[in-house]
Amino acid sequence: MGVEQAMERFPIVEVTAEPELEPYWSAAREGRLVLARCSVCGATPWMPRPFCSTHPRAVVEWIETGGRATIYSWTTVMKGEGVFKDSSPYVLAVVELEDGPRILTNVVTGDDEHLCIGQPVSAVFDHRAAGGSILRFITDDARTGTPLAGAQHGN
Amino acid sequence: MSIKGAAYIVGAFEHPGRVLPDISASQIHAECAFGALADAGLSVSDVDGYLVSGEAPGGVTAMADYLGLSVRYIDTTDIGGSSYVSEVAHAAQAIAAGKCSVALVTMGGRPRSGARRAVPATAPTTPFEAPYGHSNPASYALAARRHMYEFGTTSEQLAAVKVAASKHAVHNEFAFLQREVTIEEVVESPLIADPLHRLDCCVVTDGGGALVVVSPEVYRRLDRSGAKIMGAGEAIKHTAGGALDLTYTGAVWSGPAAFAEAGVTPADIDVVSIYDSFTITVIQTLEDLGFCAKGEGGRFVMDGALHAPFGALPFNTDGGSLCNNHPANRGGMTRTIEAVRQLRGEAHPAVQVADCELALVHGTGGWLATRMGSATMILSNEDG
Repeated sequence: MGVEQAMERFPIVEVTAEPELEPYWSAAREGRLVLARCSVCGATPWMPRPFCSTHPRAVVEWIETGGRATIYSWTTVMKGEGVFKDSSPYVLAVVELEDGPRILTNVVTGDDEHLCIGQPVSAVFDHRAAGGSILRFITDDARTGTPLAGAQHGN
Repeated sequence: MSIKGAAYIVGAFEHPGRVLPDISASQIHAECAFGALADAGLSVSDVDGYLVSGEAPGGVTAMADYLGLSVRYIDTTDIGGSSYVSEVAHAAQAIAAGKCSVALVTMGGRPRSGARRAVPATAPTTPFEAPYGHSNPASYALAARRHMYEFGTTSEQLAAVKVAASKHAVHNEFAFLQREVTIEEVVESPLIADPLHRLDCCVVTDGGGALVVVSPEVYRRLDRSGAKIMGAGEAIKHTAGGALDLTYTGAVWSGPAAFAEAGVTPADIDVVSIYDSFTITVIQTLEDLGFCAKGEGGRFVMDGALHAPFGALPFNTDGGSLCNNHPANRGGMTRTIEAVRQLRGEAHPAVQVADCELALVHGTGGWLATRMGSATMILSNEDG
């Protein structure tokens, strides 16, 4: 299953890419995940913002991440609401980037794949919305299309 | 400036309707306003402070116009379902500062019969959350799963919260879900967002409520017992720039502030009214308020601890949002009203806590997985 095909299980939600976050959205269009990093303290907040709350005068650098993360918590939503009404079941999750922030997102899973807290996932972008490419995460199983042998039970 | 003893809740009214297709949200506000003022023995012309939140149709100016209010203090705090707990405390602050002496708080809405609240499309968080299907149950489910992972909390423990609420709702003739449920029924009800089942969720109803908060001078003139405001705290817990922790709520800050102002401890509290949007909300809130240690909430709620009138900590004696009602998808108003009933000795006899002297009210407004307002208030039955 290709990543593009996997994204079709989610509705297209239009977003407004605010001008001050142009570096984030430009990178997203290219399939790259970047974070805003404070040049003084190194903080990389999520959601991204072009300032550091602790050092508001510091230069903020946009740095690229490898997009690797682990699942911090997840739920399979059986009853989607609004534009997600017909998308159930889908996985809503909080993932933790390697050395980075925790991010609310969706996790793309393989068929019948069981998730668990701590499971590795990686960033993928959904390019279908005109306003901006949407960050999601995908399990290794779903990325390779190989069923996960001895699937682990969820926590 | 402390608000301890600075004001009293002397009027409280809960709309009896749960399905109201034939009246507007504005009319619900009006009926609740007049109900609470009548309960206090006051009228519209006595009101000089008015507080509403984000669900008020047209905002505070339109509602003041509709009700015919002339006020010199206004407040439109919007921290979701916790707004009304906060607003009572704000009314007490305003009264203590001499800004008003009779404050009216109203709320009402029709999520059952009309449109549900829409999420604003212009927040800085929107592009980073709206695309993911972050529904209310899903948000609370993320917190529940993490709590289970870190502390071993079980679905049966979550269910025990619903069971306690349902035992109380049996005695409430207006409760939307007026039936006792079992732990088995809860865990066997359909999954909405795992690990949360349908019966882990609150009910969806129309309705509303109102409160009248007055100065000690006004209170002494009235022929009605009330609830003395002893202390309050409020907080916002958010995603903390990505350092999000799903195992606690903003009650870790609002609770201690309220206890400190009131000069009491969790052991002194006779009854709690905790906004119970979902079962996990109650377990986390009980821990955060200090009724048990962090991670012990699941074990704490088992074996009838929350059951009125004899449990260790009787909770939501009207059935709460889990069973009674959840007007405008906001629970803080009706939680406060039931606490006032308990302190007046006017709860249903089957759930009235004997010698009820101190009540704690807590509201959580927003989402456990992202951000919330939290408001805690401690009320007393002291007349002096």
